[in-house]
Amino acid sequence: MNTDKSDSPSRLDPEPMPRRDFLGMASIWAAGSTALFATLGMLRLPKAAVLSSPSRKFRANLPENLAEGVPFLPPGRSVALFRDKQGVYAISTTCTHLGCVIKPSATGFDCPCHGSRFDHEGKVIKGPAPSPLPWRKVTVDGPVCLVDEDSTVPRGTKA
Amino acid sequence: MTMDTGAPAPTKRSALARILSNLRDTPRAVRETALRGGKPNTDRTRSTFVFGNVFLHLHPVRTHRWSLRWSTTWGLGIASIAAFLVTLITGVLLMFYYKPHPEAAYDSIKDIVFVVPTGTFMRNIHRWAANVMVVTVLLHMARAFYTAAYRAPREFNWLIGMGLLVVTLMLSFTGYLLPWDQLAYWAITIGANIAQSPREVTDALGVTQHFDPGGLQKLILLGSDTVGEEALIRFYLLHVMILPLALGALVSVHFWRIRKDGGLARPKDADQRLGPLHAADYPVFSEAPRKTYQIAALVRGRSAVVGRGPENTLPSMPHLFYGELAAAMLTIAVCVALALVSNAPLKELANPLVPENPAKAPWYFLGLQELVAYSAFMGGIGIPAIVIVGLGLIPYLDREREGTGEWFGGPGGKRLVLQAALVGFGAALAIEFVAIRFGWLREWFPNIQQLWITLVNPGTVLTSVYALYSLWLVKRHDSTRAGALGLFTCFVCGFLLLTVVGTWFRGPNWSFYWSPSDWPVH
Repeated sequence: MNTDKSDSPSRLDPEPMPRRDFLGMASIWAAGSTALFATLGMLRLPKAAVLSSPSRKFRANLPENLAEGVPFLPPGRSVALFRDKQGVYAISTTCTHLGCVIKPSATGFDCPCHGSRFDHEGKVIKGPAPSPLPWRKVTVDGPVCLVDEDSTVPRGTKA
Repeated sequence: MTMDTGAPAPTKRSALARILSNLRDTPRAVRETALRGGKPNTDRTRSTFVFGNVFLHLHPVRTHRWSLRWSTTWGLGIASIAAFLVTLITGVLLMFYYKPHPEAAYDSIKDIVFVVPTGTFMRNIHRWAANVMVVTVLLHMARAFYTAAYRAPREFNWLIGMGLLVVTLMLSFTGYLLPWDQLAYWAITIGANIAQSPREVTDALGVTQHFDPGGLQKLILLGSDTVGEEALIRFYLLHVMILPLALGALVSVHFWRIRKDGGLARPKDADQRLGPLHAADYPVFSEAPRKTYQIAALVRGRSAVVGRGPENTLPSMPHLFYGELAAAMLTIAVCVALALVSNAPLKELANPLVPENPAKAPWYFLGLQELVAYSAFMGGIGIPAIVIVGLGLIPYLDREREGTGEWFGGPGGKRLVLQAALVGFGAALAIEFVAIRFGWLREWFPNIQQLWITLVNPGTVLTSVYALYSLWLVKRHDSTRAGALGLFTCFVCGFLLLTVVGTWFRGPNWSFYWSPSDWPVH
């Protein structure tokens, strides 16, 4: 309301809104934003904050006579362990395409699901896999190897 | 209704006597209060009945004769809802015994198959009805498309139909995990990793740490990082509660809109083409009382006006309902027959350490799995999203009028559809031949960037060929409808060919085999 100048309002001024309309609009917007806020809050619930999967750190005893380039597959784990002159290393055996379990083969690793092939270092040589197999962190503690499937190390890291 | 007409009320009866007399009268009173308009035995009372019934009032009271022809719809919508009702009822029955936990699920399915009375049959028909529903929903969509029934004022109902297609496929997909056998476990592992596949792009761009929609999708879907008990209970919840409710809501809107949008689409000259009403085709039901019926019977069929309502319509009850009942009964008969001759598969217990080889999704996803075998993101998310958005845009891009309500209506017509089918099959066959015989970019350039393969793979090349072909059709016929006809037909043919290759010509390691008997023994 322009109280300072004159009583006749300019035609450029917006039409004053009746109080009833204002209250109605305000309540609609209040209800709408409450519903939106509540929905956003509810959407938080399905996103799990703590995952039920077990720890992916484990110890493995490599056989003394494990030949160079021959994989050792700890049962129940998705990683293949190797030992050569530079040390011990671990390559993930979960396909980077769609998560199938890949099998070591003469040429490296083969995925049974969509035919991806990887070389001995985990690099993709064929098929739809978008990225090479990640190498996992290995710490050698005497005869025992500590493998952490959750931490990835650069290709070629050996312990 | 007065109970004692004519009889003078002599003395006031006792309350006890009145109770007795009211009790005697109750069956009739219940019938009358249930059917307020009276028995639905005349056109008028039937109309009142349809109008006043919450389930029937989704129908119009009168239906145009064009909509009653079999070739207008082939009853595919009713077949879809009938198949859904079969899955709904048998699904509720299966819930009596099914236990959604990894340690119990497989055993409870075995109980259903081997111990529960009629359990095998219920599981079979549940699975078969779900398959039939996918087929009829796809055919129903094709019918609506080829008769140009999506045009104004039915654009929005086409969108609702798209939603129903997606929910139908999601219902099938979520049901796939519940048996917790090898087939289920590995199909869902692959499906969940497809949900994660936007990482193929974010990894290539190096932004996954800050922006990871793929990881979020997988986490929401599985509730964990692998398929386990959290995933099973989520899929169960989606399958038995959230998705059926969503489907029910969408179906109600879909039906309601048919009526509100003026019934089914029909050509402008439908009335001339239908000609006069033949009494033999549509038996005229009489008006009560009986005496009028006699008169109506005298002139029945002699005049085009008798028994024919305004605008060439007939009462929905019974003419439309007979047709719907026939379509529903035929669908249910097909489901029963399939369930009797073919058992739903159940493989060994899910084993997260040994993948199925080959691990195949349900047949209607095998076309996509064929594309996924070239690029997970494009095959599983990119191209399906393009197809869904493209289908949704059709009614808003094609605003022409020619050919509405007619099979293959529009410029070009049947010839254009045939030509597009040839192009669709040919292009899909050619690209599959190249990819199977000569491999793809990674085999030719071993050090190629992943982003190139995501952008240029058999799936995207095929999609581009189809898009260019239909643009050419738009130009040649100077009509959006011609382009839409070409594009839709191409995609249908490509989908069919890829599904056939994925189903019958892919073996272990997703290699190409002419026949499953050539698969290596392992």
